[in-house]
Amino acid sequence: MTKRAPDVSASPPRRRSKYTVAPLVLIAGNVVLFALFFAWPAVIGLVYSFTNYTGVGAFQFVGLDNYQNLAGDSTFFDALTRTLLYTVLFVPLNFVFSLLIANVLVSKHAKGMSVARVFFFIPWLLSPIVVGVLWRWLFGENFGLVNHLIEKFGGSAVPWQSNADLSLLVVVVAASWAWTGFSMLLFIAAIKNVPVSYYEAASLDGAGPWRQFLNITLPSIAPTSFIVILLNTIHAMKEYPLFAALNNGGPGTSNNLLVQYIYQTGFKSGQIGYASAASFVLMLILMAVAIIQLMVNRRVENR
Amino acid sequence: MTTTDMPRKVDAGPGRAVPKKRPGAAGGGLRRAVPATTLLWVLAAVYGFPVLWFVLSSFKPAGDLFSSLSLFPDDPTLSGYKAAWDSANFSQYFINTAIVSVVATILTVGVSCCTGYALAKYDNKWLKVFFICILATTMLPGEVMLAPQFLVARDLGLFNSLAGIIFPALLTATGCFMFRQFFLTVPDELVEAARIDGARELSIFLRIMVPISRPIMLTLAILSFQWRWNDYIWPLLMLNDPDKFTVQIGIQSLVGAQNINWSVVLGGSVVSMIPLIVVFLVFQRYVMNADINAGLKD
Repeated sequence: MTKRAPDVSASPPRRRSKYTVAPLVLIAGNVVLFALFFAWPAVIGLVYSFTNYTGVGAFQFVGLDNYQNLAGDSTFFDALTRTLLYTVLFVPLNFVFSLLIANVLVSKHAKGMSVARVFFFIPWLLSPIVVGVLWRWLFGENFGLVNHLIEKFGGSAVPWQSNADLSLLVVVVAASWAWTGFSMLLFIAAIKNVPVSYYEAASLDGAGPWRQFLNITLPSIAPTSFIVILLNTIHAMKEYPLFAALNNGGPGTSNNLLVQYIYQTGFKSGQIGYASAASFVLMLILMAVAIIQLMVNRRVENR
Repeated sequence: MTTTDMPRKVDAGPGRAVPKKRPGAAGGGLRRAVPATTLLWVLAAVYGFPVLWFVLSSFKPAGDLFSSLSLFPDDPTLSGYKAAWDSANFSQYFINTAIVSVVATILTVGVSCCTGYALAKYDNKWLKVFFICILATTMLPGEVMLAPQFLVARDLGLFNSLAGIIFPALLTATGCFMFRQFFLTVPDELVEAARIDGARELSIFLRIMVPISRPIMLTLAILSFQWRWNDYIWPLLMLNDPDKFTVQIGIQSLVGAQNINWSVVLGGSVVSMIPLIVVFLVFQRYVMNADINAGLKD
């Protein structure tokens, strides 16, 4: 395109202006949306994080006070560590199961693939709220099916709701269940792109399916694995509705994650400035993740 | 390593090649098919069971909900659905959510198609800048800008209106990049030929490019419909008036109550799942083959 630039300037100006106007007309809608709902909030969010704004009335600049308070706020740190713990549990679990299922689904030996695929995919369609309700129904302490079964087989009811760690575990399982469909799709596409001749050569050399998986599939789909891990990490860092429906951040506030913390400080207690500072910390984490992603993408593309 | 070197022909290969090579291998095929099929269906059962249990529970009468362990309801009833539909105001929530999802989907597809085409087929410095702007939106998800976005929407007079949930959600990097990717594969000669025939730029777009991008439109429409249908936190902030609530807020407000009326919750949740599952089953191949890439953001 750059090579053609002199051509365009040599042609009558009328035509050249058309080439500038037409694309600008086409992107106009999104430009307005971008300015109103992205650029403007991003700027005022950054500004408010240095103020004591409450959402109405006047505000004062308080310098770095919000950030200093944040550094000493144990509730914020609890939310941050809980979010990281959730991410560290959810990402590997989801990874293992979606990779397993993707492998089974591309195997040419299994029967009924296209029907089974729907079973794995439907959870991804459901909203986080419905997923939360659904798992709350299964893991209810007094009424859930799981405790019913445990009691029937002689066990005692497990405190799925009132124990903070068990409660987090249920959310982790529910989230992995719900997000399998998405990760699985990415894995299936990657596995199908591995040249089949590699496998033929390997089986001629006597490599079993497990060896083939470890030495061919896994290295070949490494870029996709990386993307799955990053997307799931970003997704997990900003999880909120699933917790809202499953245990409402409870018991108590023990499972409040970052977004819930931001929501509560910003909208329940009206400390917009303080919440903006907390958002800024979350943003830095997500930016770090996104930058790692960009760097690795570039390396992969350059190969 | 070489994930992109050898494209699709691989797909067609394995299924046909094996029987042709070894006609007598049927026994071996069966021996391999049994464990693979068993594993597949055990996993499918594990994944399908929570939904199945949930849906079947919703047909149980309220009295049986907590006592009966049987998978199938003894005497199926629709009372939970009826209660959700009438008393819990679900019909209103449903209409609101449908309006939001449909309008937002149409507009999202529209603006994404225009932007994607401009980014793919034109080249000037404003477009380059805007491309980077869109890239930036993937790094700053709405969740980290809840408070300032809320203030902006409030100052624009969108608070407590359905428009307030629709407009901030229209710009998606995923949509723009999907269309850009597609239009990059459309040969430039097509545009040049139309120009030589004297077509104006915008009518090239409307008459030629929009019709050929139909598959991408459908894919994005399904994704967008799902995002908007399932949205929770933004509508929760924006809407104040219970008559304007969406389905997700409705369900959550029932579950957040002190005494959960499970019969109503189950009925309402199952109803809220239906539109998505229908859309998905009808347009399955558009979702399954979608080129969902790293730019995915809802």
